[in-house]
Amino acid sequence: MAAELGHFALILAFCLSLPQAFFGLMGAHWRRPHWIALANRAVAGQWVFTLFSFACLSYVFYQNDFSVLYVAQNSNSELPTFYRFAAVWGAHEGSLLLWLLVQVTWALGVAAFSGNMPQQMTSRVLGVLGLISAGFALFILLTSNPFLRLWPAAPDGRDLNPLLQDPALAIHPPMLYIGYVGFSVPFAFAVAAMLEGKLDSIWARWVRPWATVAWMFLTCGIALGSWWAYYELGWGGWWFWDPVENASFMPWLIGTALIHSLAATEKRGLFKSWTLLLSITAFSLSLLGTFLVRSGVIESVHAFASDPGRGLFILSFLGVCVGGALGLYAWRAPLFRSNAGFSPVSRESFLLFNNILLVGATAVILIGTTYPMFMDAFGLDKVSVGPPYFEAMFLVPMLPMVFLLAPGMHAAWKKASFESTKKILAVLLVVAVVLALVVSVGVYGWKSVMTIVGLTAAFWVAGAALVDPISRWRKGHSLPASIIGMSVAHFGLAMFIVGATTVESYKQETDLSLKPGQSAEHAGFTFTMTQLSDVKGPNYEAVQSEVVITRDGKQVAVVHPQKRVYRVQKNAMTEAGIDAHWNRDLFVAMGEPLGGDAWSLRLQYKPMVRFIWLGAAVMALGGLIAICDRRYRKRVTVDEGAAAAAGAKTA
Amino acid sequence: MLKYLVPIGLFAALVGFLYFGLGRDKQTLPSPLIGKSAPVFELTRLEDPAKTFSNAELAGKPYVLNVWGTWCVGCRQEHGALLEIARRGEVPIVGLNWNDDREAALGWLQQLGNPYAVTAFDGEGRAAIDWGVYGAPETFLVGANGTVIKKHIAPLTVEIWEQEFVPLLPQAKAGSP
Repeated sequence: MAAELGHFALILAFCLSLPQAFFGLMGAHWRRPHWIALANRAVAGQWVFTLFSFACLSYVFYQNDFSVLYVAQNSNSELPTFYRFAAVWGAHEGSLLLWLLVQVTWALGVAAFSGNMPQQMTSRVLGVLGLISAGFALFILLTSNPFLRLWPAAPDGRDLNPLLQDPALAIHPPMLYIGYVGFSVPFAFAVAAMLEGKLDSIWARWVRPWATVAWMFLTCGIALGSWWAYYELGWGGWWFWDPVENASFMPWLIGTALIHSLAATEKRGLFKSWTLLLSITAFSLSLLGTFLVRSGVIESVHAFASDPGRGLFILSFLGVCVGGALGLYAWRAPLFRSNAGFSPVSRESFLLFNNILLVGATAVILIGTTYPMFMDAFGLDKVSVGPPYFEAMFLVPMLPMVFLLAPGMHAAWKKASFESTKKILAVLLVVAVVLALVVSVGVYGWKSVMTIVGLTAAFWVAGAALVDPISRWRKGHSLPASIIGMSVAHFGLAMFIVGATTVESYKQETDLSLKPGQSAEHAGFTFTMTQLSDVKGPNYEAVQSEVVITRDGKQVAVVHPQKRVYRVQKNAMTEAGIDAHWNRDLFVAMGEPLGGDAWSLRLQYKPMVRFIWLGAAVMALGGLIAICDRRYRKRVTVDEGAAAAAGAKTA
Repeated sequence: MLKYLVPIGLFAALVGFLYFGLGRDKQTLPSPLIGKSAPVFELTRLEDPAKTFSNAELAGKPYVLNVWGTWCVGCRQEHGALLEIARRGEVPIVGLNWNDDREAALGWLQQLGNPYAVTAFDGEGRAAIDWGVYGAPETFLVGANGTVIKKHIAPLTVEIWEQEFVPLLPQAKAGSP
C-alpha cells in the first residue's frame, strides 16, 4: 500500500511542477500577481508530495517489503535499520527520488527566503526550478520508478552493496546532491536574469549566498567521499581520479570560479556574461556528473547504453535545459556588457586569472574523463588516460593559481598599487619558504623541489589569509563576516595543500606477513599482532586482528582491522584499523590469510593526512561565515539597486 | 557577437558525442578484435622486472586476459569474482597490470590475493593500446588458436562469468572462433 501511495504522491508532485513552471514564468512575464502567488503555492504543494513519496519509499525499506522490486534489490532482512534508510538512495531509482526531494527543497528555500527580491525575479526563478523538477519527476516516473512491484515477492533481498554499508558513505550522497542540485538555483537566477534582460550588482548579491551554500555542501560531500575511500577501500589512497570522483570535482571547480566571479559582479558590475556562463556551466556539469555516476556514460559506458531509453531521456533533458539556457545566453548576453574598467593590476585581474585557471583545470579533467570516448567516436586509436595524466596536468593551472592567491587577496579593486602590502607579502613569502624548508627538510627529510614548492605555496596563502583580518582588527576597523569567511576559506585551502603535499611526499607503506605474537618495525613504530579473533556482525562474518602499536616501548595505540565477508553478496571487505593523530595516521589493513595464523598486513604511515579533510571542512566553514554577512539580509531598495547598477557605488 | 555562440556550439558537440556513445552499445558491440588474433605483447613480469612474459607463450591454450590497476575502483570491486573464477580453474587468468606502480600492484596482490596465473606489467600502456583497452577493468577471453572470443568492459561478477563466459569455454578450448 505504501508503495502505491508513494507512487501516487510522486505523480501529484509532477503535476504540481507544471503549474509552478507555467505560472512562475508567465506570471512574471505578463505581470499577474495572482499567477505569481499560484506558483508559490505549487512549490509548497510539490514539496509536500515529494517528501511524502520519499517517506513512503523509506517506509517500505524500513518494513523490508520485498514485494517492491527496488527494495528486494537493495535490502536484506539482516540489514541493520540504519542502513535500510541509507539503502533508499543506494541505487539509481532511489537516488533520483532523493535528487528530486533536494531539488524541491531548494525551490522551497528560494520561495521562503526571497523577501528582499522583487516578486517577478523570484517568480521567474521558481518557474525555471519548476521546469527542472518537472523533468526529473518525469524521468523517475517513466524510466526509473522505485515503486514497481515484484510478483511473486522475493523471499529475501539481495542486500545493499557492502561498499555502501558505512556511515560516511550513507550521508555522502545526500551531501553531494544538496551541492549538485544547489547549483540549480544560480542556474535559475541566470536564466531569470536573461529573460528579464537585466543583471546588476543587486542580482549578484541575491545569487551569492545560494551559490556559496551549494558550494559548501559540495565541498563537504566530496571530502566525505574521499575520506570514505581512504578507510574503506583498504588502500589508503584519498583521491583516485576515478570518473565518479571527477564528475563531482568538475562542478566544484566551476562553482569555485562562480563564487569568485560573482564577487566581481557584485562589487564592480564586471564579468556579467562570464558569471552567467559559469552559473549555467556549474549546474550543467552537476547534471552531467550525476548521470555519469548513476547511469554512467563513462564509468560504465555500459549502464548508460544498457538502458537506451534512460540514456536518451537524460540526453534530451540535458539538451533542453542546458541547450535552452545557452541559446538564451547567445541571444541575451550581448546586453550585459560591462562598462567599468580596471587596470591590469587590480583585484579584478586576479579574479579573472583565478577564473581562467579554474576553468582550465576543469577542462583538463573534462578532457581526461571524456577523451577515450571522443577518440572512440572518431574511430581513432584507443587512448588510455590514467592518474599520471591528471596528477601532472592538474598542477599546471593550479600551481600558478595558488601562487597568485596571496597577492590577489591583498589587491585593491580597480587599481592595486601594493604600496602598503608589498613589504608584508614579501616578508610572508620569505617566512613561507623558510617554514617549508624547516617542515620538509628539517622534520621529514629532503624529498623533491615540488614538496618545497607545495609547502611554500600553502604557508604563503595561510599567512596572507591571516594578515588582512588581523590588521583590520588591530586598526579597529570593522570586520565584516564576508572578509572573515574569505580568510577562513583560503586558510582551509592552505591546510589542504599542506596535507596533500606532505602525505604524497612522505607517506610510508609496507606489506608484510604477521602471526599473532609477531611484530614488525615500520616508520619508527613497532606493530605487534597480539591476537586474531572471529567476529560476527549483523550481516557479515569477519576475522579481526588486534594490533598493538608502540614507539620506544610505550604504547601508542591498539587498532582492530577486520576482513569482512558479507553473507548475501559474498564480497570481502577490508575495514582498516586506523590510529588517527593530528599530524599523522597509522593505518593497518588486513590482506589475505597466508596459511596457519599468518596474515598479510599493509602498514602505512600517513603524515598530515587529516589536513586534507580538515582543510576541506575549514573551506566549507569559510563559506558558512561568508553567507552570514549582514548585507545579504538587508532589504535593498530600488534606488540603491539602480545606483549600484550604474557603477556609482563600488566598494 | 559570435563569441556568445561558442558555448552553445561546444555544448552541441558534446551532446552529439554523447548521442553517438548512446547509440553504440559498448557492451554488446563486438570489439574490433573479436574473431581476430590477439595482439602479441612482450612485457616484464610484475614480480620481477628482469623476467619477461609474452602471451605467445600461451599459444594452444585458452586464457583470460584481465586488465587492472590499483588506481581503479572497479578492479577492486571485481577482485573477489576473479579469485573465485581462478579457484574454479576452468581457464587461467593472465593479468595485465596497466599504468600502475609495480610496488603498489604487488602489495595489492599480496593483500587481496592473487587470481592471476601470471601478471604482465604494462607501465606505459603499450599493450593496452594494442588491445584497445578503453578503461579498466576489461576482460578478454582468448581461444586456444589465439583468437579473441569475448570482451567484457566493467567489473566482472561471478554471475556474468557464468552467463557470458562459461558457455564460450568449449569453443575457446576447441580453438575455432
